[in-house]
Amino acid sequence: MQSDSLELKIKTAFQRPAFNFLSFGVVALCLLMALPVMVIVGYIFVPAGDVWQHLADTVLKDYVSNSLLLMLGVAIGVLVLGVGAAWQTSMCDFPGRKIFEWALLLPMAMPAYIIAYTYTGLFDFAGPLQTLIREMTGLGYGEYWFPEIRSVEGAAIMLSLVLYPYVYLLTRAAFLSQSICVLDVSRTLGNGPWRTFFTVALPLARPAIIAGLSLALMETLADYGTVQYFGVSTFTTGIFRTWFGLDNSAAAAQLSAMLLLFVFILVMLERISRRQAKYHHTSQRHQAIVRFKLSGLRGVAAFSFCFVVLFLGFLLPAGQLLYWALTTAEESLDLDFLILVWNSLKLAGLAAILALCLALFLGYANRLQNGWLVKTAVRVAGMGYAVPGTVIAVGVIIPFAAFDNAVDAWMDETFGLPTGLLLSGTLVALLFAYLVRFLAVALQTVEAGLGRIRPSMDEAARSMGCKSQEIIRRVHIPMLKGSLLTALLLVFVDVLKELPATLILRPFNFNTLAVRAYELASDERLADASYAALTIVVAGILPVILLSRSITRSRHEDTT
Amino acid sequence: MRVKFNWVAVAVVSLVGLTAAQSAVAADEVNLYSARKEKLIKPLLDRFTHTTGIKVNLVTGKADVLLKRLQMEGKNSPADLLITTDAGRLHRAKAAGVTQGFKSSLLESEIPASFRDSEGHWYGLTLRSRPILYVKGRVNPAELSTYEALADPKWRGRICIRSSSNIYNQSLVASMVASSDVAKTEMWVAGLVKNFARPPKGGDRDQIKAAAAGQCDIAIANTYYLAGMLTSKDAGQRAAAEKMAVFWPNQNGRGAHVNVSGIALTKAAKNRANAIKLAEYLIGEAAQKWYAEKNGEYPVRAGVAQSSVLEHWGKFKMDSLNLSRLGELNPDAVKLMDRAGWK
Amino acid sequence: MKIQLEVNNASIAYGDKEVVNRVSFTLQEGDIGSLLGPSGCGKTSLLRSIAGFEPLSKGEINLQGCCVAKPGYMVAPEKRRVGMVFQDFALYPHLTVADNVIFGLRGETKKQRSERLNELLQLVDLQHVAHHYPHQLSGGQQQRVALVRAMAPRPDILLLDEPFSGLDVELREQLAREVRDILKRDNITAVLVTHDQLEAFAMADFIGVLGEGRLRQWATGYDLYHKPADPFVADFIGQGVMLAGTVTGANRVDTALGMVEGSLSANVADGDRIKLLLRPDDLLHDDDSPLQLEVVDKAFRGAEYLYTLKLSDGSHVMCLVQSHHDHAIGRSIGVRVHADHLVTFPAD
Repeated sequence: MQSDSLELKIKTAFQRPAFNFLSFGVVALCLLMALPVMVIVGYIFVPAGDVWQHLADTVLKDYVSNSLLLMLGVAIGVLVLGVGAAWQTSMCDFPGRKIFEWALLLPMAMPAYIIAYTYTGLFDFAGPLQTLIREMTGLGYGEYWFPEIRSVEGAAIMLSLVLYPYVYLLTRAAFLSQSICVLDVSRTLGNGPWRTFFTVALPLARPAIIAGLSLALMETLADYGTVQYFGVSTFTTGIFRTWFGLDNSAAAAQLSAMLLLFVFILVMLERISRRQAKYHHTSQRHQAIVRFKLSGLRGVAAFSFCFVVLFLGFLLPAGQLLYWALTTAEESLDLDFLILVWNSLKLAGLAAILALCLALFLGYANRLQNGWLVKTAVRVAGMGYAVPGTVIAVGVIIPFAAFDNAVDAWMDETFGLPTGLLLSGTLVALLFAYLVRFLAVALQTVEAGLGRIRPSMDEAARSMGCKSQEIIRRVHIPMLKGSLLTALLLVFVDVLKELPATLILRPFNFNTLAVRAYELASDERLADASYAALTIVVAGILPVILLSRSITRSRHEDTT
Repeated sequence: MRVKFNWVAVAVVSLVGLTAAQSAVAADEVNLYSARKEKLIKPLLDRFTHTTGIKVNLVTGKADVLLKRLQMEGKNSPADLLITTDAGRLHRAKAAGVTQGFKSSLLESEIPASFRDSEGHWYGLTLRSRPILYVKGRVNPAELSTYEALADPKWRGRICIRSSSNIYNQSLVASMVASSDVAKTEMWVAGLVKNFARPPKGGDRDQIKAAAAGQCDIAIANTYYLAGMLTSKDAGQRAAAEKMAVFWPNQNGRGAHVNVSGIALTKAAKNRANAIKLAEYLIGEAAQKWYAEKNGEYPVRAGVAQSSVLEHWGKFKMDSLNLSRLGELNPDAVKLMDRAGWK
Repeated sequence: MKIQLEVNNASIAYGDKEVVNRVSFTLQEGDIGSLLGPSGCGKTSLLRSIAGFEPLSKGEINLQGCCVAKPGYMVAPEKRRVGMVFQDFALYPHLTVADNVIFGLRGETKKQRSERLNELLQLVDLQHVAHHYPHQLSGGQQQRVALVRAMAPRPDILLLDEPFSGLDVELREQLAREVRDILKRDNITAVLVTHDQLEAFAMADFIGVLGEGRLRQWATGYDLYHKPADPFVADFIGQGVMLAGTVTGANRVDTALGMVEGSLSANVADGDRIKLLLRPDDLLHDDDSPLQLEVVDKAFRGAEYLYTLKLSDGSHVMCLVQSHHDHAIGRSIGVRVHADHLVTFPAD
């Protein structure tokens, strides 16, 4: 059987002689997408001078230790929240479970920097909560203990609260697809539910958990807004400071390269775990899960766990934003704000459509031309997702400006017609940065969708007399519709939330909601930032709900 | 060959078309890179456009990023003007060779020499002082004297100040290096760090709030933050700000540390005349007054009425150090703060 | 009878590696053929080349007398009028059962389509799930939908690629017989690829055993079992052992079992060293037989026991014995050889 399916893989659906134009196009596109990262990596070999020595002597160990601490904290946080919530909603039954199933995804709509603003407003020393404690107890500073929100731990908590859905999402899917028999076997062998969880379900779901974890950690490494706001020096803030503050591109690029090494390890980890995942699907057939009924105290405990997670990750910060928006904000819903919203939507929409088109192109190229070259190129194009926006922005500015100036010089010399800057400082540069950063999101979704169209489905259609266009129209489009919409929305929301690259690359007279929220918050006007922040969150909720629905659906389709 | 030539022709025509379109638009406008947040510059620009008919294209961002962008874009940069919120960055822009000197008799007559570049590469627009703020009742102002004295062990655990990554702190330290030397300043910073009530975090308002809430007795912050809190819609912020008083340090010596927000003409400027018009507008009485009232900054132009809040804090002696020095000494300041452990 | 499918010296190669080597066979209209063989024998590649998904490196394939494939030439699958049932069924999850079934119908009126649909669903008894989606069906139901979907456009030939392998064992044989009935009723020519000989026996009129890319034998199930063409077929089909022996005179072979008598094929001569195929049913249990052999293993088969017996030279033979004769391992039982036709192969 094995070699038969191998043959199937070697000779895929559309049997064509090698089409070199396609491979060429794919490789060229992927190289373009990898350009910013390559520019950064290229700087490794430029001597950084004494700045590097200064960094190594003083702040480098902070960058490393804070980044590691942050990752450790986020890892623990997302594992506890994500796996716990996934287990309870997929294997247990308790009041409110059906609502929690999708509501627990809501924190995904909350950008980390925005949750950081609201928590700072609430829990800072001078915030309402601590003030209340002081008023009630009469204690002053230092006479009572209260966790410091603006710290590495605080940042880890903030990031955990909004990143756990990655783990929740994948782990839940893994739990749901686990053969219930495997769990039953454990029960018959005399293991209680808890033992079964730790000895059977958890190890079986490990690939999914690791995949979710590595996604969350990549986001953690890429975070700029939160750590910058909390004054925690990590690689991202360090890169920013070294590049712009110390004005040393080489040292900053070397820091970026160190960061990329971290990212690379995570990517490998994720790849390996994903490979294992294929062997872990033990049962193909749909089987209704018999959930452990939790009643009484245990039901209350499960409900409380899920509620607290949802409350801290979404309800509380969203509520605070709403409160600010309604009471103290000086900002109003004027024309200016509407333009802001329109800019954001326009940009996010454009980026989403472009990303989708590229993802479709690459996805199909990969399907048609299953060689290592195309495969590697597509992977490389997806790497940008793990690279912080700051690094990408810098990697975009340098080659674009160089290109523009070269074209200008050449045109001036040859035709006496200077062209000025063609791409730098335009939306093109910004959109390109978004594509570099978020293409992977669309690509992954599109590839997952294409993966569901098995080669045999194409072949069945052909044997029933369909030509390629007809297969696309009658099989691919209807089957991909959901994935395409999901990809579109995921990129849309990611772009809407994106901060550092937007901040650096946007053209004249162009602001977005994220930039507005950040500017006001960094100017210490948290309340005024609430309108923009709230709009981002609201826009983010829609795809989250859609995502949770498509998961329930895909579970059915996978079992055919 | 023919095909190739056609492609070149198409490329040329379209590029020319683009440039033509660009220059057509460029007729009556001026392009501004501003490190001032949109909220604190846009209203003035709108007024400028209203009065002069010159359209202002704005992009805001961190000063260092904008500076980097100017450098990358080189002679083709679309920006005509660069506005930053501190003199150090203006100096850095000049050093990086992205600015050019220009003469304006209005700017030269209205702006004191220490608040502008001697070669006219940049001009200060507003003054921002960074005095010592103390909690009324908990600190006797008679105990306060100079910045230097804050390193005294008697302030152990009583001082709130933000991170050393912040340019205002970098400039403050640079001004101290200018008045003494690196070694002495590093010792001072080490002493100051020992007196911190908490690891530096948050912005200037956070220091004020923390002091008002009792976490420390002294906060170092720019005055306009305090002014902003005093006029805030948020009752909590107002209450916190009202607990604080301003102490002007070093009045018997060089004076309190001040910095400027300022404007520079870029080397690549294509709308030079409009750019200078805008700079002159920003030094005009109306604009100066707007900054004083809207954002609690001190007008750089003499004789402009200050807001009542600023009046209330009284007149003070300013450090007369030429602000270019802040930029020159910035790398030294950053490194010594790193060494002395100011996070 | 007209020839529906003719495979002529067909070879398939991936790069330098030839996975199918000069295979030839023909199928008459209404015949069901099966390509049987172990994993990696090339049977799926061959089927896919008939469907039009694999190019030939040598030889040719003719459908209804027209060449559809030869080196450098391939008629596209959609133009061959073949129906194919895939191992994974390849049902479209976004379409209902009814829409899946009529997927390949084109040119018909709406009425004709619904008539064909009803006819087909009735054939496989699935009218009640016409508006269900594939994921709501059981494996057996999905299989039947895949079958009628492939049949719907009335293809000239139906190709089935391991269509029962995803199903439960009990279901397999039952479905194989059902499918055979359906195909026979409509006089449909079909090729089935499988690695399960019982499935092939249940469905096919002719079976081709493939080993290492070569067609070892093309024959009925009966002939494969009783007259295997080579040791590979003998080994792959049914159970049995090879005993070394020497031909000693007409129709006599001397082996470790003693002298075995039975008709020998013409191409062996006196004194030849050969291998003799002994099926379990070639040995009869006889307590009185002078040939007493030690039981080394036994397997209960319901009506029978399958005993593994040890010969004096250490080699093993197998023997089917009615299950009321229960002998313990280690004990000896009496057997005698009863074979009319001796199947022999040259010794290595």
